[in-house]
Amino acid sequence: MNGHDRGRVGIVMNRLGSLAVLSALIALWWMASNAGWVSRVFLPTPQATFASLLEGLNLSGPNGNGGHGELLAFTQATVGRMVQGWLLASLFGVLLGAAIGVSPAVRAWVQPTLEFIRPLPASALLPLAISIFGLNPGMVLFVVAFGAMWPVLLATVHGFAAVEPRLSEVARCLQMSRAAFVWKMGLPNAMPDILAGMRLALTIALIVAVVGEMIASQSGLGQAILLAARAFRASDLFAGIALLGLIGFASNALLALAEKRLLRWQQP
Amino acid sequence: MTERRFLRWLRPWVFPALLVGAFEWYARRAAALGSDALAPPSAAAKAFVGAALDGSLWQATGFTLGTAALGLLLGAVLGVALGLVLGLSRRAARLGSLSIEVLRPVPSVALIPLAMLSFGFGVRMELAIVAFATFWPLLVLVQSAVQQIEPRLLEVSRVLGLSARERAFKIVLPAIVPRLFVALRLGVAVALVVAVTVEIAANPNGMGYAMMIAQQSFDPALMLAWLGWIGVVGFAVNAGMVLLQRVVARRMGVLP
Repeated sequence: MNGHDRGRVGIVMNRLGSLAVLSALIALWWMASNAGWVSRVFLPTPQATFASLLEGLNLSGPNGNGGHGELLAFTQATVGRMVQGWLLASLFGVLLGAAIGVSPAVRAWVQPTLEFIRPLPASALLPLAISIFGLNPGMVLFVVAFGAMWPVLLATVHGFAAVEPRLSEVARCLQMSRAAFVWKMGLPNAMPDILAGMRLALTIALIVAVVGEMIASQSGLGQAILLAARAFRASDLFAGIALLGLIGFASNALLALAEKRLLRWQQP
Repeated sequence: MTERRFLRWLRPWVFPALLVGAFEWYARRAAALGSDALAPPSAAAKAFVGAALDGSLWQATGFTLGTAALGLLLGAVLGVALGLVLGLSRRAARLGSLSIEVLRPVPSVALIPLAMLSFGFGVRMELAIVAFATFWPLLVLVQSAVQQIEPRLLEVSRVLGLSARERAFKIVLPAIVPRLFVALRLGVAVALVVAVTVEIAANPNGMGYAMMIAQQSFDPALMLAWLGWIGVVGFAVNAGMVLLQRVVARRMGVLP
């Protein structure tokens, strides 16, 4: 057995080991709920959760044919809201960030305000948005986009501010127009910052979308889990939480992959 | 020279003043046209003074800050403890990785209905969600901080024959203090945002709820006052943490 094989065996063993830990956690959950250590009102059994999930996704019904669940539609609504808001946030974040970041004068005047708004919770804008736009899907989308825009905007401004001064001198010597400077030097330089900001923005977009659905009763997973909790349907609640976790996991993994490909030039 | 300094001092305030002025003008015009959805900032300032005088402002602020701090404490203690274990033992890190990957992406707000169901409304529910939300970033940051400790320090502890507990308290914790404060600063920001979010979505206490109820009772001036106040509190807490982190870093001999 040479070193390469041993490394591969090690990796497989690690995977198996971490899988075993996860299975142990699920077994603990199974035991806690089945043995009644924790009331089933709060903690449904794993099999009940799984059944709710399958039924909600129309994969199995009580009679063996398809169920009548709406989880699929809810998931689509939430993911749609999250992705639309995130795309809007990325677009406007980069545009505004580039506009602010490209000029040191604008930066000096505007940046303190941005730093002040940054720690404001995005969900705190929901009441304001409700009184301006009313309770409708567009309102939630606006808050999602607005809340998710800040990390992208600030990252873009930071990326532009950190352009190597010599590059700016080169641009001046070559008499590049401002647009050319943004396109050829500013944006590529700010790219790693922007991508990191976009990743944070996606997390925020999911959170704000869920909160928005809860408050404005727009159909989606946020509203679904809130209603499930109010009706003491714990297994439906857990199915919704599991789906939200899956959405968070999948979106983060996809973006990490995209980031790796887009930033290939950074690696030596 | 003084004129220049005055201009520099003035500069950050111009843009927000313009924004507030534009909003004042817009809200007054909307009010003149018969809309009661918005209030001019001057009315919001009046409502703010009213809330500050009758004490509701301080009570709600205290609730939110206190709950966020307790939740952060709980999340931080658990996160730092597990982060130390996973950072010190590569085997534990590998074994736990999949479970962490699966649990971490669950958005904290998804737990609001669950916490509502198991704890009812009040401090405990908000505490649980803030603790969950702050647990993960602290875990990850502490784990990576421990893994980046100078290996020779750990060798020294092995040579001295320190027990695991002594090693954690005498070598590892002091070595990660500067990074721990960076993690804590992030945790504070997360805790405050999550606390306000929980109050807006469900918990009938604190600043978020006060803002929500102002909106629902068609008192836009009070709602705007709360929005501004939440912004000020968030900014002040974050600025305080940056200051604290800098002081700690300087004391530990690491420049910011």
